[in-house]
Formats: sequence, C-alpha cells, structure tokens
Amino acid sequence: MAITISIPTALRQYAGGNAQVSLEADSVGALLRGLAELHPGLARQIFGDDGQLRSFVNLYVGDEDIRYLQGEATPLRDGEHVSIIPAIAGGSR
Amino acid sequence: MSRVTLSHDEIARYSRHLIMPEVGMEGQRRLKQGSVLLIGTGGLGSPLALYLAAAGVGHIGLVDFDVVDASNLQRQIVHGTSTVGMAKTESARRRLQDLNPHIEVTIYETQITSANALELMQPYDVIVDGTDNFPTRYLTNDAAVLLGKPNVYGSIFRFEGQATVFAPQQGGPCYRCLYPEPPPPGLVPSCAEGGVLGVLPGVIGTIQATEAIKLLTGIGEPLIGRLLLYDALAMHFRELKLRRNPACPVCGEDPTVSELIDYVQFCGIAPEAPQIGAQYVITPTELAAWLERDDRPFLLDVRNPYEVAIANIPGTDKLIPVDQLPERIHELDSAREIVVYCRSGVRSGRAVELLVQVGFRKVKNLEGGVLRWSDEVDPSVAKY
Repeated sequence: MAITISIPTALRQYAGGNAQVSLEADSVGALLRGLAELHPGLARQIFGDDGQLRSFVNLYVGDEDIRYLQGEATPLRDGEHVSIIPAIAGGSR
Repeated sequence: MSRVTLSHDEIARYSRHLIMPEVGMEGQRRLKQGSVLLIGTGGLGSPLALYLAAAGVGHIGLVDFDVVDASNLQRQIVHGTSTVGMAKTESARRRLQDLNPHIEVTIYETQITSANALELMQPYDVIVDGTDNFPTRYLTNDAAVLLGKPNVYGSIFRFEGQATVFAPQQGGPCYRCLYPEPPPPGLVPSCAEGGVLGVLPGVIGTIQATEAIKLLTGIGEPLIGRLLLYDALAMHFRELKLRRNPACPVCGEDPTVSELIDYVQFCGIAPEAPQIGAQYVITPTELAAWLERDDRPFLLDVRNPYEVAIANIPGTDKLIPVDQLPERIHELDSAREIVVYCRSGVRSGRAVELLVQVGFRKVKNLEGGVLRWSDEVDPSVAKY
C-alpha cells in the first residue's frame, strides 16, 4: 500500500531535499519505521531518544492528528496522505 | 448595540464596509470600539498593522523593541527607507496614523516578558502573535489563555506558513495543545538563518488580520480548531484539524500552569552564548594577521553553497555545510590548526562544539563570522 508523506521545508535537508516520500506501509508505526530506515538523519530530528515522536512534531493522517486517532497503530489505506508538521516560530524580525 | 458613533469623515472612509450587510454600521462601530495588540511589528506585524488600521480598528497596540534595518524592507512593508534606524514601533505608528488618523495607536518599545505580558495585554480585545521565536510564542499563548483572550497565530519559514486562532474560551485549543513543548534551540533554524520569501508574511499576516477583524465584528467562521497551512511554492492551501487537549498544562481540565513562567529557560535557551571555551574562539583581526603568516590555519566555511555566491572570506580552504559536517568530519585533519566561519558565528560555533566533542583541539570559531570580518577587516566583503 503506497503512502505519501509530506516533508516540511525545515526538515527536507534531512530527507535528501525531498518534499515528499512514498513508502509501502499498512500502519503509521510501519510507515515511521520505513521512513527511519530510508532517512536516518530525519528520524534523529523527529524521534526522541525514547523512540517517541518529539513533542514539537505532529503527524497527521489526512487532516487528523494521530494523537486523536490510534497513534502509531493507526491503520493506513492505499493512497493515504501523511504529513509531518513541526512547530515553526518565524515571524521574520 | 455599540455606543460609539461614526463621523461623516469616517462614514465616507469606510463606505465599502458599510454597504456590505455583513459589516454595515454595526460591524464598523464594533471595529471602532475594538482593540488589538500586535506582538511584533516585523514581517507578519507589517501587513497586520496596515490592514487593521485601514479597516478602522479603534485602538491598535504595537509591541516591539527592535529598530528598522535595511534588510527588513524586503518584507516589512509598514516601514520604509526613511525610517531605517528608527524604533519599529515609532516607524509603524507614523505610517498607521498617516493611513488612518481616526484610530488610536499605542506603542510599547519594549520586549514582552513574563513580568509585563499580562499588563500589556489586559486592555485589548484580541491578541495577535507576530513574533519570531519560541519563548515569545509560548509566553504570548499562556498569557492570552490566562486572560481569556483570543490569540491570532501565524508563523512562517522560507516558503511555508501556518495560521490559526487559539481560543480555549470558545472551546478551541491553545498553542500548547498543538505543541506541548518547543524544539531544542538550534534544531529548527530561524528566519535569520533560514531566510523567508518576502511576500510570504504578507499572505499569512493578511490572513491573521482577516481573523482579527472577524473576531471583533463577530462575523463568519473563525479559524478556531483548524490549522491553515500555506505552501507558496506549490501555491497550495491545506487545513488540518486541531483539537483541544484535555491534559493541556495551560488550558486543560487540570491546568498546572497558573502564572507566567521563565520562557527562555522553558525553551532551553542558555542565557549566555555558545558554551565553548575561550581557547576555541578567534577574532577577525587575529585571524587576518594569522592568515598572513607561514603557519596560517586551514580556513573552513560551514555555510550553504548559495551563501558563498553572496560573500566569502578570501583564502577559504574548504566548504562543508554545518549539517553535513557529522558525515564529513573525516575530510578534516585534526592535526592542523582550523578556523571555522559562517555568516554570524552561530553555525560555526555549533561546528566547533561538534569538532571539539569528537576530539579536535586545534579548532577555533571566527567570532561574528563574515559580518564582523566585513566590519573589522575587509569592508569590501558584503554583509547579508
């Protein structure tokens, strides 16, 4: 099942400059493991030492935050769109 | 029914609002009676201040402690060439009063802090967050939640923007529901490091202004519980659902934050500059003299390749962008004296810390980077 993940500008440098990555996965957890394998540098940015998503990074399946779905157990359907949304602070001083 | 009245001059000025039934006389009176506090008069604050003033928001407060710099004018359109060097609050006040003399503009030339935030915000109906750093964003959020005021949020990075309205008093989430904790310093680059498309804050700031006007007039569907994402390169808008977190430390069912805290500490930012010892730094003048000698050091640039096209220090031996350094350390010789530089000395400071951690001892950070090199050694090198 092909899943598309959007990589935000701030993290693209850790994903080979890609704005999107496509992976085969049937759950959010499997997708994250696949992503970590493909781009270890990106994984270091979005996961803490405990292996959990860091608290300034949110993951959305479609328009829903996985915290309000089933977290990493959230099932993914073919063609589903997953977005990584980190906190950004810029207001341009 | 609002009690304020509109003069004939004001009726003429706001006629395009007045002839729309959704705003009309009642909506315009609400705008006149309304007040908005803008935290920051930079990229987001510029279009915000201009449109809120033009719309006839009766009282606008501006908080900023910065002065107008030439590099601001690419996006901070409330300021101008004639006000470079002036306090941003005063520069903006002049422009706003010229645009609309019927409104009141109060300026606070100060940094918003835990000590003054509640007092600054108290007189205003709506708070607008146009700041540029995490400590101020958490401070603005917490103070607005404690005071029960809506916080119109916007933030930008390079080509991307986010906007929403945080209003727990209307059932929506707050910033901490979305992101309980900030990223550690240095992980997410700032606009000064990362750059920003000049028109981007225009789009996001104008969305914030729209939301502030809707909140004051009570029309439309506010952007509460929804995070609007904008990608200027793809020219794509998306919306994500935001939910209130019942366990939120500020607006949750059992809040643990009941007063403002030390947000600089909360964001993990050390009060002092990079923690590297004096033996690992060098001034531009010292480096210039050293480069003339036979024992000249190896000069390492850790900026991005596109920055080299703007300006660089003659005699640079190698370019390794700081993010690639961990994988490319083997390209450096730890037996040689190495001086590392970047634009301002921040990234090269991180590079030196990393090199020291892995065992390099003869490595030094050029203090102030290209900027100070231009000031103190070679003014022909452009500052950017």
